[in-house]
Amino acid sequence: MMEKVYSRPSGIFEGAVTGFCPGCLHSSVSKIVCEALDELNMVDNACYIQGVGCGGLVVTYFDIDTVSAPHGRACAVASSFKRCSPETLVFTYQGDGDLAAIGLAETMSAANRGENFTVIFVNNGIYGMTGGQLAPTTLLGTKTTTTPYGRDIREHGAPLHMCEILNQLEAPAYIARVTCADVPNVRKAKEAVKKAFRCQIEGKGFSFVEFVSNCPTNWGMSPAESLDYIHNTVLKEFPLGEFRAK
Amino acid sequence: MADRVFMKGSEAIAEAAVRAGCRFFAGYPITPQNEVPEYFARRMPQVGGVFLQGESEVASANMTYGAAAAGVRAMTSSSSCGISLKSEAISWMAGARLPVVIANFQRGGPGIGTIQPSQQDYFQATKASGNGGFEMLVLSPSTLQEAVDMTAEAFELADRYSNPVLLLLDGFTGTMMEPVSLPEPLSEERIAAIRASKTWAATGKRGGAQHKVMCGPGLDTRLSQQAMNREAAAMYAKWREEECDCEEFMLEDAEVVVTAYGISGRIAKSAVKLLRAEGIRAGLIRPRRVHPFPAKVYDSLDFSRIRGIVCAEMSIPAQFATDVEAVVHGRTAFAYALSSGGDILDRSEIMEAARGLMRD
Amino acid sequence: MEKSIIIAGFGGQGVMVAGQLLCYTACETTDRYVTFFPSYGAEMRGGTANCYVVISDEPVGAPKVSRADYLVVLNDPSLERFRDAVVPGGTVFVNSSVVTHDIGRTDINVVKVDAGAIAYELGNPKVLNLVIVGAIIGYTDLLPAENVLQTAFKKLGAKRPEMNPINEAAFRRGLEIGKSARSGE
Repeated sequence: MMEKVYSRPSGIFEGAVTGFCPGCLHSSVSKIVCEALDELNMVDNACYIQGVGCGGLVVTYFDIDTVSAPHGRACAVASSFKRCSPETLVFTYQGDGDLAAIGLAETMSAANRGENFTVIFVNNGIYGMTGGQLAPTTLLGTKTTTTPYGRDIREHGAPLHMCEILNQLEAPAYIARVTCADVPNVRKAKEAVKKAFRCQIEGKGFSFVEFVSNCPTNWGMSPAESLDYIHNTVLKEFPLGEFRAK
Repeated sequence: MADRVFMKGSEAIAEAAVRAGCRFFAGYPITPQNEVPEYFARRMPQVGGVFLQGESEVASANMTYGAAAAGVRAMTSSSSCGISLKSEAISWMAGARLPVVIANFQRGGPGIGTIQPSQQDYFQATKASGNGGFEMLVLSPSTLQEAVDMTAEAFELADRYSNPVLLLLDGFTGTMMEPVSLPEPLSEERIAAIRASKTWAATGKRGGAQHKVMCGPGLDTRLSQQAMNREAAAMYAKWREEECDCEEFMLEDAEVVVTAYGISGRIAKSAVKLLRAEGIRAGLIRPRRVHPFPAKVYDSLDFSRIRGIVCAEMSIPAQFATDVEAVVHGRTAFAYALSSGGDILDRSEIMEAARGLMRD
Repeated sequence: MEKSIIIAGFGGQGVMVAGQLLCYTACETTDRYVTFFPSYGAEMRGGTANCYVVISDEPVGAPKVSRADYLVVLNDPSLERFRDAVVPGGTVFVNSSVVTHDIGRTDINVVKVDAGAIAYELGNPKVLNLVIVGAIIGYTDLLPAENVLQTAFKKLGAKRPEMNPINEAAFRRGLEIGKSARSGE
């Protein structure tokens, strides 16, 4: 009999079909989150708070307890949920518009209070679901549907670096920026997610993992081109690394 | 009377909530309800509950949503413009069918209005506390004893229907003091049993099926928003039959009917008694719940005898009165006693309006 | 019988404590209905402060009345603001130590209480409000005087028992002023 060496993570529905576009790294991010939960044996003891945006599509994919939150409010919902269910592993799954624009106050405040949950932040520099508008993380010069002449620092400001901003706060326990744009980095990313979850399990407080991700559809690139763009351009603006590990 | 305690309205309501098993409160400072979060901040640690001061009304309402999703009896409070900010989460609570108690200590006027008491949010409370056409039971007490009793009732109703319930209060009710008798607190066992009975709450699967606390279907294409809306609509229709609550006072032979709710209701009742002492056969209709609206009470008045209805409320323009007018539909005359912007309704104005109807 | 009282002064003159003392006494030592409504200026310090007390044998209608049976004014601005907020035949209690303006009405009774001076004489200006409460009770018999005093011991003496003797002295001085004002009418 053959040994089974690889299988679908248990936190993903059998036969699930994702709504993500071909080549979108949301698929990889959501998969490694579930693998991390499996490796920590926490799938049955977890609850994720859904953001609004493409990230919300994981609802047809994750077989994990869930609470949906209004756009931007995932960190507020997670704060109270975790305080009322301290034994449950709680994480939000949010995009950049959700977390860094409309939800900036909720994100910063939850981090500053040191709320003991984990944020999975998927930064692809654009509003995907609504059709490719300017995000707080959009690179300078990038043309979006609401910056048809490109992002101009004098008009739209510069890209917002969430890890660096959060790293100014006293309370957060773990802050890291990772990517799933290549295989070695996928492995590192999963380790970062596991570290963040362990921080929470050990009660150390707020943990935050930013994924530098892609949006082939709205970037107007093939999946392969979008990965090259991450390596050649995006990571220069958003360098990878572990900013804090208490 | 030994069991009476002289308490401030905001604190009496907060204590009544704690005794009703409320174990989560999130708020944000806004006058005139600051004593509510302040009370919970002191009290929650004593009972093993959670108090959170949110970074905004938006956040604090969403925190309350999150606590309810975990199965805990949860409450938030604010005042007028703060309730507008909470309307996002309130709409989500209704969409996700989460039991939450929300208290609005109304102040006067649009936007920031005045910090003084009023009843200027009637339409918002009863017609559209957020987007999406949802409804809430809206309880409005006239006295602090009623506020205490209704707070406990609000938690029961929220759980019974798995829906947000609104306590429609005003700055007077929050800041005034009056003797109240507080109910016995629910036992910790009872509170735990109530939480455990919410088998839909997210807890982690813990060997069972997935719990999904979702506002509508979300992005889950396997679910139907229309089916959810139909189910909610059936519940709202049932409320109109079963959940109206209204005080009827001296209506049997009344020639003039005074109608008012909340703080105005107690003033109206004292006016009715004084009118009776003058020999005017006055009666009172005082909805304890303004939603569902007690239409049948007005509809079944004997309009061959009644000379008119006085609508009394602390709102300009009149809002509550429009619901009364819609039911009565021209079958009798109307007069109005209104105040706004912090001036309390003057009992003598109600009485003068009633006398005027009797003269006409 | 329903009686309403407005007490008005500067923040810090003990306006709220005076009103609450009447209310706690009514709530805890009688079976009467009672309401208290405070009204502050927007300032946290040094603004105006006034409160409305209603004590009744029937459930109270309005906790804030436009015209009261009794008015207490602890300073001139309060007199100016509330002069017309007394029913004809009603009574205004004046802290004559600092109120200099003319009452300006002939249809109401005036009880002058040199509360500030009495408090000073007793050794603590803060007991001004106890003098006033004594005068209200002496004049109106609204509540049993001994009940008010016992409530004062219970509420004010809880944190500062050493204040009990001076509070009592202040209350009794006011009580006599109120009684003699009534018998003189």
